Amino acid sequence: MPDSNVNSVTLIVNGSPVNVLAGTTVAVAVAIAGRPCRTSVGGEPRGPLCGMGICFECRVSINGRSHCRSCQIVCEPGMEVKTDE
Amino acid sequence: MSTAAYDVVIVGAGIVGAACADEFTRRGMRVLVLDRDFVGSGATAAGMGHIVVMDDSEAQFALTRYSQQLWKSLRPQLPDDCEYEQCGTIWVAADEEELEEVRRKHAYYSQRGVPVTVLDPQALRQLEPNLRDGLSGGLLVEEDIVLYPPCAARFLMERARKCGAQIRLGVTVTHLGQGFVRLSDGAEITAGIVVNAAGAWAAELTGGIEVKKRKGHLVITDRYAGFLRHQLLELGYLKSAHSVASDSVAFNVQPRRTGQILIGSSRQYGAEHREVDQQILRRMLRRAQEYVPGLGALSAVRTWTGFRATTPDKLPLIGPSTGDKSLFLATGHEGLGITTSLATARILVDAITGAKPEILIEPYLPSRAAKESVHA
Amino acid sequence: MSRDSESRFDVLVIGGGPAGIAAAVRAAECGVRVGIVDDNPALGGQIWRTGLGNAHSDDAKRKMWSSRLPPEVMAFYGTRVFDQAAAGKLLAEDADGVRELCYANLVLATGARERFLPFPGWTLPNVMGAGGLQAMVKCGLPIRGKRVVIAGTGPLLLAVAAYLQKQGAEIAFICEPAGLVRYPGKISEGLRLKKALAGIPLATKCWPVAAHGAQALESVTISRAGKKENVSCDCLACGFHLVPNTELQALLGCRITGGYVQVDEFQQTSVSRIFCAGEPTGIGGVESALVEGEIAGLAAAGQAARARQLFGKRRKTRRFTTILDQAFRLRPELKHLPSAETIVCRCEDVSYSRLQEQQSWRAAKLHTRCGMGLCQGRICGPATEFLFGWKQDSVRPPIFPARVASMG
Ligand SMILES: Cc1cc2nc3c(=O)[nH]c(=O)nc-3n(C[C@H](O)[C@H](O)[C@H](O)COP(=O)(O)OP(=O)(O)OC[C@H]3O[C@@H](n4cnc5c(N)ncnc54)[C@H](O)[C@@H]3O)c2cc1C
Ligand SMILES: Cc1cc2nc3c(=O)[nH]c(=O)nc-3n(C[C@H](O)[C@H](O)[C@H](O)COP(=O)(O)OP(=O)(O)OC[C@H]3O[C@@H](n4cnc5c(N)ncnc54)[C@H](O)[C@@H]3O)c2cc1C
Ligand code: FES
Repeated sequence: MPDSNVNSVTLIVNGSPVNVLAGTTVAVAVAIAGRPCRTSVGGEPRGPLCGMGICFECRVSINGRSHCRSCQIVCEPGMEVKTDE
Repeated sequence: MSTAAYDVVIVGAGIVGAACADEFTRRGMRVLVLDRDFVGSGATAAGMGHIVVMDDSEAQFALTRYSQQLWKSLRPQLPDDCEYEQCGTIWVAADEEELEEVRRKHAYYSQRGVPVTVLDPQALRQLEPNLRDGLSGGLLVEEDIVLYPPCAARFLMERARKCGAQIRLGVTVTHLGQGFVRLSDGAEITAGIVVNAAGAWAAELTGGIEVKKRKGHLVITDRYAGFLRHQLLELGYLKSAHSVASDSVAFNVQPRRTGQILIGSSRQYGAEHREVDQQILRRMLRRAQEYVPGLGALSAVRTWTGFRATTPDKLPLIGPSTGDKSLFLATGHEGLGITTSLATARILVDAITGAKPEILIEPYLPSRAAKESVHA
Repeated sequence: MSRDSESRFDVLVIGGGPAGIAAAVRAAECGVRVGIVDDNPALGGQIWRTGLGNAHSDDAKRKMWSSRLPPEVMAFYGTRVFDQAAAGKLLAEDADGVRELCYANLVLATGARERFLPFPGWTLPNVMGAGGLQAMVKCGLPIRGKRVVIAGTGPLLLAVAAYLQKQGAEIAFICEPAGLVRYPGKISEGLRLKKALAGIPLATKCWPVAAHGAQALESVTISRAGKKENVSCDCLACGFHLVPNTELQALLGCRITGGYVQVDEFQQTSVSRIFCAGEPTGIGGVESALVEGEIAGLAAAGQAARARQLFGKRRKTRRFTTILDQAFRLRPELKHLPSAETIVCRCEDVSYSRLQEQQSWRAAKLHTRCGMGLCQGRICGPATEFLFGWKQDSVRPPIFPARVASMG
């Protein structure tokens, strides 16, 4: 895992800090944290499918806003991400 | 009736046609249902599915209340996808004048045995924290229900099918009456009774009835479980629903069992297109946000439109047509056809079979219009 | 590139992939006011997605085109067009709010998405699109040492395999139903890729039949020349060719035939002053997207004569478009992949057996909620079209979920 330097960003995924390279998307940070993004209507764990903002499988809540497509959003320092909204 | 191919042919497989099919087959009649599309594809696919008691008139009250009781007794049999939920309605009062209306409504409903509670601003806030500050109060109608109309129609139709009803989908009827219907391919089917349950299109098949289309818009959001708990309507809704000439919007929002919020409603005459009207949509959404400011931050997923079948006096047409003894009407339910479908079918079939009805059919008889014009 | 509140453009470009960039570059050269909008956090579209900036084969071309984009072109990233407020006025949303974008001429370069076909287990985490996995890796997903199975059809698979291998992934298998021998070879690129992929097991007449795992993917069963085989892996990258994104075109009333937007020789759609370039007019790859974008940009800026000079170049790339479509027809066997319980609509968790009872897309939607979710049928629509032959209904605003406040 990269050190905390200018090229890296630390964000919070489900309460735990995750350190990623700058430019990493939230979907990737969630994957690095070893989490699925959401639980489906029928109770299945789900993660990114399309990687390009189309399928909405990568939804997480970011800084209190629910249903954000994490594959389209770049990590920012201190971002609070919650999976399984 | 025995020489005809069917005892009853029902044209239209919306919620009203489905309820009629169910009711006729349960009384042992040979039923055929025809629809140009699929079950629940018309207004039934558009409606909010609010099973609501209304009191514009005694007749409207009687029909909505009776029908709501029928829905309640049907509940144990409804499959899960009908999304039946007794969430109740809150009529929201924005000012003193509307609070007056709350008191009137409270008295009216209480006298007729409908459980209602007057809410002061605190109680209102407690029940619906996402309503804006500064509202005057409201009326909680506890027994009102929300359900998912297309699946409810399908359930009724399936039940009829299991009792022997035949259902033909994807066939367009070009003529009905005089004991038969004609399909677009020229085929004719005879029947002892023909029921026109073609909703907003009923007047295209039966001349001389005053059923007009009244367009409505709806918007649905993503899932936000718990954001609202009751169906919420402004008391000004009544003004909007009554205004006959102009386009109107009103605050009318509903929590779905999925956690989604369904936002209505609008009323337009003379708009025949299914396209979303930006102007109306914007007005409707602004109105909703005036009452529930937090709605603004929720994601809307889809917008659609639908057509209500409206009559001049806002009551449906249920019963024999004026000119043709074998032709019966079950249409003109405006914004209440999901609610009143079961009662419509019940009193129609009671009238045809000579059974004693629970409520009088007279106020809904198609002949009332003719009578009125004689008196006028 | 500046970003202020001015929002009136002579030429507005939607989509920042190669087609969109080329259109914006060419229009800007003509001295008119140009804007470009993309949902992604940066320009580049799918193939030129920059992410963490790791180099890839197309880098030179991407840099060349991006550097030609002058600073006067106003770019809106992370911005989705979701509706049309009135003729000549689009509504778009970004993280902060809503924007009204007014245009005299519009170029729609909305690209394509992958087609996904349901099979048991395809909803498990780490089963992704081929382009999807590539995008995730470009955006930082560590793939070194991970075992990946690549499956499906389309021009992406080999490119993705080469890319992932270069990033250190262990490619367990490439499964191709059609048989790579019938690959049109994209002449030179195909050969180059074949070389890059030397040593990777390449299985033809092969497709995934089930993915397995408890909470995430552990292995896949593939059908290979009629026999079933279990392969353990960390990721399954699986897409079945591409589907053009035509929702916005449909919303604006552009004629669409056989899934593709109809355009004239200047890339103009059936709606005057609305142009279309790239994948929505036919799946043709980056070269075709670029030249179509150039023509659309010039024509939209009123430079018909200059646009005409590029017609010859476009003709050559079009041939490839036709070949691609024919080569990647789906095998009928793929219709039998889902079992009764397999989820087809992922947004609403609707199973295959529930859909089998339905007569049409609209009936399925209303009676099962299939296609009613956030993706609005973008994923399950193309799948059910293949499985059941259903045609999707007309699009409705918002074409992407948008805040109620943005709509009202
Ligand atoms: C926006 C909106 C919101 C609403 N909200 C509510 C609500 O909350 N609660 C409530 O109770 N009601 C509500 N309604 C009203 C309710 O939806 C309707 O009253 C009800 O669905 C009417 O049912 P129906 O069976 O009469 O008509 P429809 O469902 O329209 O059925 C008529 C059927 O006839 C078929 N048909 C027509 N012509 C022909 C032909 N020539 N040949 C063959 N078939 C034909 C059509 O295909 C259709 O399936 C709402 C309506 C709208 C538009
Ligand atoms: C996932 C994927 C991966 C690919 N990888 C390769 C590869 O490795 N090699 C190769 O040769 N070809 C690849 N292709 C094909 C290649 O992208 C195309 O041939 C080429 O990029 C076409 O360019 P385009 O501009 O039409 O589309 P794209 O590059 O896809 O760009 C379209 C852009 O428009 C945006 N957009 C769409 N709708 C809206 C809207 N309503 N509002 C705002 N923005 C919108 C999208 O977000 C997207 O960024 C890939 C395609 C996809 C879909
Ligand atoms: S992975 Fe499909 S929208 Fe993010």
